[in-house]
Amino acid sequence: MPELQRKAAAAPAPGGQRRWRIKRVLGEHPAGLLLSAPYALFVAAVFVYPLGFGIWMSFHHYFFTAPGAVVPHPFVGLKNYATVISDPAVRASFVHVGEFLIINVPLTVIFSLLLATALNNAIHWRGFLRVSYYVPYVTASVAMITVWMFMFNSGGIVNRILGPLAPNPAWLVNTTWAMPSIALYVTWKQLGFFILLFLAALQNVPDELNEAAAIDGASRWQSYRTVTIPAVRPATTLVVLLAIITGANLFTEPYLMTSGGGPNGATTTPVFLLYQKGIEQGTPDVASAIGVLLVIGVLLIAYASRKVTERE
Amino acid sequence: MKRSIIILAAALAIASMLAACGGSGGSSSGGSSATTSRGPITIWYSNNPQEVAWGKQVVAAWNAAHADQKVTGQEIPAGSSSEAVISAAITAGTTPALIYNTSPASVPDFQKMGGLVNLSAFPDGASYIESRTGAAAAQYKSTDGNYYQLPWKSNPVMIFYNKAIMQKAGINPNNPPLATYAQFLSTARAIVESKAAKYAIYPSPASEFFQSWYDFYAFYAAESGGKQLVANGASTFADAAGISVEQLWRTIYAGKLAGNEPYTGDSFADGTAAMELAGPWAIATYGKMAWGVAPIPTSGGMKPTAIYTFSDAKNIAMYTSCKNQATAWDFLKFSTSLAEDKALLVMTGQMPLRANLTKVYPAFFAAHPPYKLFATQADRLVEVPNVSNSIQAWQTFRDAWTSAVIFGKGDVSASVTKAAADINKLVSQK
Repeated sequence: MPELQRKAAAAPAPGGQRRWRIKRVLGEHPAGLLLSAPYALFVAAVFVYPLGFGIWMSFHHYFFTAPGAVVPHPFVGLKNYATVISDPAVRASFVHVGEFLIINVPLTVIFSLLLATALNNAIHWRGFLRVSYYVPYVTASVAMITVWMFMFNSGGIVNRILGPLAPNPAWLVNTTWAMPSIALYVTWKQLGFFILLFLAALQNVPDELNEAAAIDGASRWQSYRTVTIPAVRPATTLVVLLAIITGANLFTEPYLMTSGGGPNGATTTPVFLLYQKGIEQGTPDVASAIGVLLVIGVLLIAYASRKVTERE
Repeated sequence: MKRSIIILAAALAIASMLAACGGSGGSSSGGSSATTSRGPITIWYSNNPQEVAWGKQVVAAWNAAHADQKVTGQEIPAGSSSEAVISAAITAGTTPALIYNTSPASVPDFQKMGGLVNLSAFPDGASYIESRTGAAAAQYKSTDGNYYQLPWKSNPVMIFYNKAIMQKAGINPNNPPLATYAQFLSTARAIVESKAAKYAIYPSPASEFFQSWYDFYAFYAAESGGKQLVANGASTFADAAGISVEQLWRTIYAGKLAGNEPYTGDSFADGTAAMELAGPWAIATYGKMAWGVAPIPTSGGMKPTAIYTFSDAKNIAMYTSCKNQATAWDFLKFSTSLAEDKALLVMTGQMPLRANLTKVYPAFFAAHPPYKLFATQADRLVEVPNVSNSIQAWQTFRDAWTSAVIFGKGDVSASVTKAAADINKLVSQK
């Protein structure tokens, strides 16, 4: 087809040119934009603006002021980042949260998948068991943490069962065991939610696939490994991502369970320091720099985990 | 993917620009006309039952005589701490006219935020404060020489002890030997070894910045003869007094005479610990327990009348969001008058920050001898220093204390020296 003819065919008719331009800008279904606008505005207000403000703060000397108080906020370049990176407490907090993720994420994936599989196959008490696993997730953290503090203190039930094998000092005041204890608690508390995600995925795995595998001579374990696990891969990716994101934002447990990042700072996390510096100590500029570094770190880990879990 | 990243980056850039524009905006509050303006105001008071009762009666008494300048009293909103609540309220411009729960440690930060009214700017501001509190008022002056808080009430920290536990441990319950460090340790060991109580004493081992006020600072005030943590822009505690206090507490923790686990109840009230460091506010929580009070020990022992301690004061500050500051100032004076201070003393057991307290209310102290001990102690109080980055400085101290004392890591002397140097840097920054 000659060039001119091709262009004429691609271009809209003269009468529809305006409509074509609108469609190009607004897409095939402009009403969709209108319908999604409230949510877009919500995201802009509660996510994009605060995130942008946080990034801006991290490059300026900033502290909170009363309305009307005129205070200069000079640009300080990377000074806040230098302060954060040179602070051993901040560096340690990133190590602590890394330690937490290494324990929490695999435990979360393994236990939630196994329990979801068990629940999916359970015939008796299925409803009761589902609710039982979900209850810790919806119960107030403060109440749950208090119970765990009783269980894991030096005279608690865990140490009484372990007897001479119990660590000394006890779990939550032991610099080696405090963070693993928190990771175990968080895994247990959030398991119900992740079980539900896997359960939904498992219920979408067609029975025919397992039946075909059985006809081909696969054992139950082989069928589970080669049929079920690959079939729930999208759910696994989601569980890993959510576990990383919520884990990286760890705050309540070190704040309450180990009384402010103890023992001896062994359970401080970036978000805990962010609270301490931003809210308690009046240095939100430094806190913002921690926040920005945390966001970058989480994005990198989430990207890497997605590459791993979605690998063929 | 590429398009999404570009859209997100553009949105963040716009948000950052909006943040830059909005940084110093907002409506003006307070102002010069506010200082002479009269009308309704709101106040916040603490949320413990005794102070709520006092707050309600003082508001009712004022409103009965000032129909045109009505005061509304509210309990301070719940939050992780009063300081965090007040800080958020300053930023949002939602503070009331007066808050009867302002921690002196937070005053420098609130002042820096532009949240506090300079009380010295009232014609009788400084003179009223100084005539009521006496020489002790000087500790509450800001570095610019003005008062941004009215010293209201103190809770002198002393040692409460459980008489039944002392008796069980074979110690004289009416006069346990607690005057020197050696006596204190010996008594503590007797309590734990006899199993009269699991621990001798159980101050919170938590890492919050303010926890050191109730273990180290009370002991340092006593041992140093009344020194503040920072004086003339430099840390004071890297001296013999500071090191001896840290050594004492390290010995206490190492010997398991004090617990290092977070405790979920009241260790003194439930008998887990035989002693507690607290002020008179705590008496209301002890119920029928037979308790006694002793001054803070010192290494070599001192006459009780020479011993200092931490004040644990809560003060009143006026906030710049207040539109009717003349009314707020009048109410502030009304609520700290002789009559209302007496009501505070009777209803809460806490000590109004008045000079010569025992001479001002002799009948009350004659009728309540245990409170007289706190009242006489109230003449020798040490406040937290009014310095820049005060909260950061206390957090720095607490972190060093936790490591060297509670968990016994490293050398106490080196820890104290480093903490002092770090705090010197912090307080020198504006």
